[in-house]
Amino acid sequence: MQWVPQGARVLDLGCGDGSLLRSLWQERQAPGYGVEIEDQAVLACVENDVNVLQVDLESGLSLFSDGSFDCVILSETLQTIHRTELLLREMLRVGREGIVSFPNFGHWSARLQIALGRMPVSETLPYRWYETPNVHHCTITDFEDLCRRIGIRIRERLVLHDGRPVPLLANLLGSVAVYRCAKG
Amino acid sequence: MNAPRHDPSSVGAAKAQKVQFNEPLRLRGGAELPEFEIAYETYGRLNEARSNAVLVCHALNASHHVAGFYEDDPQNVGWWDNLVGPGKPLDTNRFLVVGSNYIGSCFGSTGPASLNPATGKPWGADFPVVTVEDWVEAQARLADRLGIERFAAVIGGSLGAMQALQWTLSYPERIRHSIVIAAAAKLTPQNIAFNEVARQAIMTDPDFHGGHYYERGVVPTRGLRIARMIGHITYLSGEAMSEKFGRLLRRGAPGFDFDIDFEIESYLRYQGDKFSSYFDANTYLRITKALDYFDPAADYGGDLTKALARAQAAFLVVSFKSDWRFPPARSRDIVRALLDNRRIVSYLELDAPGGHDAFLLEDPRYHTALRHYFSNIDL
Repeated sequence: MQWVPQGARVLDLGCGDGSLLRSLWQERQAPGYGVEIEDQAVLACVENDVNVLQVDLESGLSLFSDGSFDCVILSETLQTIHRTELLLREMLRVGREGIVSFPNFGHWSARLQIALGRMPVSETLPYRWYETPNVHHCTITDFEDLCRRIGIRIRERLVLHDGRPVPLLANLLGSVAVYRCAKG
Repeated sequence: MNAPRHDPSSVGAAKAQKVQFNEPLRLRGGAELPEFEIAYETYGRLNEARSNAVLVCHALNASHHVAGFYEDDPQNVGWWDNLVGPGKPLDTNRFLVVGSNYIGSCFGSTGPASLNPATGKPWGADFPVVTVEDWVEAQARLADRLGIERFAAVIGGSLGAMQALQWTLSYPERIRHSIVIAAAAKLTPQNIAFNEVARQAIMTDPDFHGGHYYERGVVPTRGLRIARMIGHITYLSGEAMSEKFGRLLRRGAPGFDFDIDFEIESYLRYQGDKFSSYFDANTYLRITKALDYFDPAADYGGDLTKALARAQAAFLVVSFKSDWRFPPARSRDIVRALLDNRRIVSYLELDAPGGHDAFLLEDPRYHTALRHYFSNIDL
């Protein structure tokens, strides 16, 4: 949230019930729109008085013009998207800056569970394999590779575990990664 | 039938009212209506600040009778009674709801069957072609009379949605929220084609007499009937039709004749008969033209973004996936243009089965969204 400047125009992709947008409006006077596909989440946004647009992220962001937002947020949504590359490009077409967060599949607990022959289940990866909405997991290293390959410049990175920054061995000890990025 | 009287969520007995305007109304087509009447109904009360009025705009075949019933005709329930009433999504405990009948109608406002003051005879074919812009103009005068400076919201579906949109362009300062449902910012050629078939059906009916059929004591019911049948096909989704009628045979087996075989035929004939018994052919011709002509972007080289730059209202746009008459892509055009203008907008694209008519139905998601939206409107 501290990466969103005062009064910035924000687009939140996969905005859920709109609570992030609501607090951005209340605390930073940042006017925003959310994109959400789930009916119940969309209704919650309307109830929370948050601007919401019910469209499918998989088909890109054709509703939005180039550079129409200061900041596009992709919070814990990247791993649920089939067309990852398309969405990342679209994010930086419509926004000057992107903020992306995802659960780090490289965290030691995930590695350990895989080593023991199980799909990982944890606080940040709460779903069992047969009920998960997630389709594309990645590690911190994987994500940074992709950014390099498709020309996304990483401006800042924050790796967290239990809400606290992880100073060392990020890909092993961090369970959530947050990036601030722009077109390369 | 006492039932509706005791329903606490009904507005109860409604009273249709009329107001006369003697200032001429200059129409978009160039003609002038020297004087006109508007039929309307209201439900709820205007608050002290006069900030709680909501205008409901009706579509093709409806009227100002939005909610409640008539004392002398309790079966005649308003067309949007499932939405409007005490405790309903558009809550008449909180809002003053105004239903207004457009000019050119056959339900009370001045229309082709009204007397032309110049001749003392019914206008008939001489009644001018009216447009969405003209309707908004007339509604604004009604609002003046009712002491409503600014509407909290204007809401409509289909042709009604075009009016809700036009309000934000004609009177940007007089509308705070525009609720645009099952809409299009202009008709496609395919849509115009359907309308033209309907018009041809009416105009080629031998009882049409060039629109001057009132004085001959006849009604072009055959044409109207076919016009309605065509329209009805486009209001339902193919899926809804399959579900409702399938290939059910009325007589159990094919008749190998031209009586009704399939249930859908029976349904269309019934709808056509019913419609042609109460609707006026001259009105039908004019509203289909109003639909065809609506295109706010036309004056801006087809650029809807430029056309909507004047709008100041906050918008709620709702479309239904099964609506192929005004499909979601047409609503997204509106949303895109609003976003380009940095307007406040929310957009719902509901996977409801009802086709174009879904806006009249009671899908729980749809009604919940409207309930939340209305309750967030400050008064």
